[in-house]
Amino acid sequence: MWKLEARPQPSRLWTFGSPLLALLLTVLIGVCLFVALGKDPVRGLQIFFWEPIKSPYALGELMVKATPLLIIALGLAVCFRSNVWNIGAEGQFVIGAVAAGGVALLADKTTGPWIVPAIIAAGVLGGMAWAGITALLRDRFNANEILVSLMLVYVADMVLSYLVFGPWKDPQGYNFPQTKTFEAVTQIPRLMSGSRVSIGLLIALAGAAALWIFLFRTYAGFAQQVGGLAPAAARYAGFSSRKALWVALLTSGGAAGLAGALEVAGPIGQLTPYVPAGYGFAAIIVAFVGRLHPAGMVFSAILMSMFYIGGELAQSRLGLPKSLTGVFQGLLLFCLLACDTLIAYRIVSPPKRPAAAPPSRGRHLWPGEAGSTVAPAKHED
Amino acid sequence: MSASTVPSQPPSDPPAAPAARLRLTGITKAYPAVVANSEVSLTVQPGEIHAVLGENGAGKSTLMKIIYGAVRPDAGVVEVDGRPVVIRNPQEARALGIAMVFQHFSLFDTLTVAENVWLGLGKSLSLAEVSRRIIATTQEYGLQLEPTRPVHTLGVGERQRVEIVRSLLTDPKLLILDEPTSVLTPQAVENLFVTLRQLAARGCSILYISHKLHEIRALCTACTVLRGGKVTGVCDPREESNASLSRLMIGAEPPALEHREQPAGAVVLEVRDLSLAREDQFGVDLQHIALTVRAGEVVGIAGVSGNGQKELLYALSGEDTRAADDSIQVGGQGVGRLGPMQRRARGLHFLPEERLGRGAVPALSLAHNLLLTRSDAVGRGGWLQLRALRAQAAAIIDRFKVKAGGPGAAASSLSGGNLQKFIVGREIAANPALLIVSQPTWGVDVGAAAQIRGEILKLRDSGCAVLVVSEELEELFDICDRMYVMAKGQLSPSLPRAEATVALVGQWMSGLWNTPANPIKQLLTVTVLRQACCGADDQTGPLDAVFEIAEGESLEELVGRIEASRFLQYSSTHDTLHGLVNDQPVVIVFGPSRGRPPEYLADPASPLVALLNGQPLHFVFRMNEGGR
Repeated sequence: MWKLEARPQPSRLWTFGSPLLALLLTVLIGVCLFVALGKDPVRGLQIFFWEPIKSPYALGELMVKATPLLIIALGLAVCFRSNVWNIGAEGQFVIGAVAAGGVALLADKTTGPWIVPAIIAAGVLGGMAWAGITALLRDRFNANEILVSLMLVYVADMVLSYLVFGPWKDPQGYNFPQTKTFEAVTQIPRLMSGSRVSIGLLIALAGAAALWIFLFRTYAGFAQQVGGLAPAAARYAGFSSRKALWVALLTSGGAAGLAGALEVAGPIGQLTPYVPAGYGFAAIIVAFVGRLHPAGMVFSAILMSMFYIGGELAQSRLGLPKSLTGVFQGLLLFCLLACDTLIAYRIVSPPKRPAAAPPSRGRHLWPGEAGSTVAPAKHED
Repeated sequence: MSASTVPSQPPSDPPAAPAARLRLTGITKAYPAVVANSEVSLTVQPGEIHAVLGENGAGKSTLMKIIYGAVRPDAGVVEVDGRPVVIRNPQEARALGIAMVFQHFSLFDTLTVAENVWLGLGKSLSLAEVSRRIIATTQEYGLQLEPTRPVHTLGVGERQRVEIVRSLLTDPKLLILDEPTSVLTPQAVENLFVTLRQLAARGCSILYISHKLHEIRALCTACTVLRGGKVTGVCDPREESNASLSRLMIGAEPPALEHREQPAGAVVLEVRDLSLAREDQFGVDLQHIALTVRAGEVVGIAGVSGNGQKELLYALSGEDTRAADDSIQVGGQGVGRLGPMQRRARGLHFLPEERLGRGAVPALSLAHNLLLTRSDAVGRGGWLQLRALRAQAAAIIDRFKVKAGGPGAAASSLSGGNLQKFIVGREIAANPALLIVSQPTWGVDVGAAAQIRGEILKLRDSGCAVLVVSEELEELFDICDRMYVMAKGQLSPSLPRAEATVALVGQWMSGLWNTPANPIKQLLTVTVLRQACCGADDQTGPLDAVFEIAEGESLEELVGRIEASRFLQYSSTHDTLHGLVNDQPVVIVFGPSRGRPPEYLADPASPLVALLNGQPLHFVFRMNEGGR
C-alpha cells in the first residue's frame, strides 16, 4: 500500500503546490458534480472560470466581490497567525455595515463629501467594537473566542434585522424591510465610470502591502506572530499574549467593518436584511487558501470571487441552485486541508517484494531467510 | 495477521542447547535524513543484564523500538530463543515475552495504580485480580506500591515502579529499560538496581539503555556500544574504565574543564523568602526559597525534576510575575513583578530547558529567533534590519561553532546540541550580568555538552553570575562553585562544592538537609543503609541517611521519626530498612509489609537475609498499617 512518511523538513514546493493541487481537485470534483446533475461539464466550467473574466465589465464585477473578501481575509490573517480564532468576521462585517449605514442615513441633500470618510470610519469602529466584545470576554473570562465570535454573528444579524424592520425602515418603502436609499453623496467613489469598482479595491491592495510590511518587516509584527507559532516562546520572550489578542481581534474586526462600510455605501446603497452575504465566512477560506500571506490572499480572493459569480451565473443560466457556490468553496477548503498533508509528509510507494513474501505487508522481509535484504523504499517527491 | 513462515509464539519446551535469549544480526534502519542503525548485531543471554551504551542519536532508541516491534527494520534478523521471528507490533513482542519500560511514562494521572496496570494487560482479568497480582509481584520483589493510590499522588520513582510492575506482570523473558535513571535520585537508582539484579537472578534478561557510564559499570554484565548507528564495541563493563567506555562511545575522552578558583564578587541575584502557590493542578508550591548568586560564580541547583524547579525558573525569568517585588532582587533592585523583557534590560538572561517551542520558535529561522531575546537589530520605530539580524546570527553561528545551514536555517532543522549551542550563544553574546540556565546539556551530545560547559565557565571567569539548574549531578560537580538542592518546592542551604558529595546531595534530594551530615558525631546512631545487598560492587559507599538517637529515646520513637521523615518516600522500593544500633544489626520493616508471613524474614531467598550477611538479627521492628 501507499504510505505516508514524515519529511525531514516541510516541503517548500508543496507549500505553494498544495493550493494549486487543491484547486485542480476541486475542479475535477466539480466536473463530476456537473455530470451527476445532468449538465454539460464544459459549459459548467466555462461559467465558473471563463465567464467572470471574459469582458472588462465581468472583470470589474469580479473585483467588486473580491474586494470585501480580501479586506476581511487580511484582518483574519493577523488573527490566525497569532493563534486567535476569529470565526465571526461575518458579524463584524454586519455591524460595520450597520454603523456605516447609520452615518450614511444622516446625509441629506446638503451634505458635503466629508461624509464618505465618516462612513468608512464608522464601519471600522463598528467592526472593532463587535470584535472587541470577543476580545474582552476572552481576556477577562477566558471564554472561547471561536464560539463567542461565531455566536455574535447571529446577534449581529438580529441587530440588523431589528433596525431595518423597525426604527430605520424606510417610511416610503412600501413596508419592505429596508432603509431608504442612501444619498448619492455617500457613494464610495468609483474608480471609473461604467464599472462598479470603487476605491475599496485600492484600499484592499494597500492593506495587503501594509500587512506584508507589518508581518515581515516590523518587530511588533514579529512579536504578534510568535504567540501563534509557539506560545511558550512568546511568554519566554516577554511578548504579551493579551496585547496580541487585542491587536488581532481589533485589526480583523476593523477590517471586516471596513468591508461592511464599503459594501453598504458602495454596491448595495442601503441597509437590507440581505447585507450579510457570507463574505465573512468565505474570507476564512480565502485566508487559508492564500496561506495567510498577503500576496497569496490577493489571488485566493479573486478565486473565491469567481465562485460567487459562477454560482450566480449557474443559477440563472443552468438552473442550478445557488448553493453551488458554497459547495465549491467548501470543496476547495476541504481539498486544501487534505493537500496540505503533502507539506509535512510524502507518499512512499511500496517496495518491490520477493514473490514469496506475504501479499499484504510492506517493509519487513526477513522471515526465515537470514541475511536477506530489502531494497530501500523509493520515495516519491 | 502474522506471517505463516514464522511462529510468533515461543516454543513451549525450552530448547535443549542454551540459545541466546535475543540475537540481532545485521539490523539496518534508515530514515529519510539519517541511518539510525547500520548492520547492528547484539546478543543477550538468559539472565544477563546487557547495557546498550551510546550518545543521544547513536541509534539506541531505534534499536529498542525494533526489538519491541514499534519500528520495522529495513534489513536484518531478529532471533528470540534461537528462532527467527518477525515482530510486527508491540503485542507480538509481548507475546514473545518482551516487555519495555519507556523513558517517558505512559500513565493516566487520574487513574489508580491498579487501573493503569489493568489498561496495559489483557481484558480477561478483573481489576481485583490485577490488584492481587500487583500485591503478589511487589512482595516478590520487595517493591512498595499501593494498587489503590491514584497515580497523580505518586513521585517519579513510584511512577516508574508502576511501569516496571506492569511489565513484570506479563512475566517477561526480556525486559527493556530506556534511560530508567534519568528521573531518579541516586538512592532510588540503587533501589532500582536491586530489583533488576533480582529479576536477572531469576533468569529474566535485561536490556539496559543508558549513557551514564558509572551506572553501566555498576549494574551490567555485558555491554554493546553504539556510535552513529554502528556497533563500536562489545565488552564487559565491569572490566572497563569510564575513560575506555567513553572512547568507545564518542571516539574520544571528553575534554577536561578548566575550573579556576576565583573570589566571588557582589551579590547579583538575591531571592528572599519566595513562596508561590502552584499555577496548575500537578505543579509544586514554592516554599520559602532563599538563594544568592554572586558575580563570578556558578551556582547550581540539583534535584530531581518536578520538585519545583520549573516553577522557580518561571518566577526568576519573569514568565510568572506573581512574586512579591522584593522577593527577587537583581543588582539590589526588586524585579519580582517585572516581565521577561524588563528583567533582560537589567541584565538577567534565562535559558529554558525546552529548547524548541520555548527557547526558540521551531518554524522560524535562527536569525529571527534572535529577536526573542535580542533587539539589537530592531531599528527606530520598530523596523527590522534584516541584514544586521542575519549578520548577528552569522556571528553567533561562527563564534560558537554551530553546525547549521546559515542564519536562514529553521531552528527545527538543527540537532539538539547545535540548537542549544546557538541559544546559549545568543544569551552569552548579550553580555548578561546574570545568566540562569536550565538543563544546559539535556539531550545534547558529549562534545557539545563539553563546549557549553566550557562557555559557561568562561562567562563566569569574565565576572557574570551564573545559576545552573540541572538533574545531572556530575555536571553540577564539574562547573559549580556552590550548590543548592531542591526538593518538594523547598531549597536546601548553600553547599560549597568542596563539601558536596554524591551521597550527601543525594540525601538532600530527598529533602533531608536537616539531618546531620556526619554519622560519627554521636555514639548512638542508626545508620540506615540503602539496600546493602548492592554494597558488594558499590564503590560510593552504603551510607544513605543517619538518624541520631537522642539520649533516652526509645527505639520505637526512633522508628517513628524515621517513618515520619520524607526519606521513606524516596527509598521505599524495599519496605525494609537495615541498620545498626550501637553496632548491632537492626531491621526495620515498614508499612506495607502487612500481611506478609513472618517466614519472609527467615526465607533464605529473601533479600533481607542476604542483607544481613548471616549476622544474627537483633531487633525487628514492624510498623503497622495504621501506625503512620
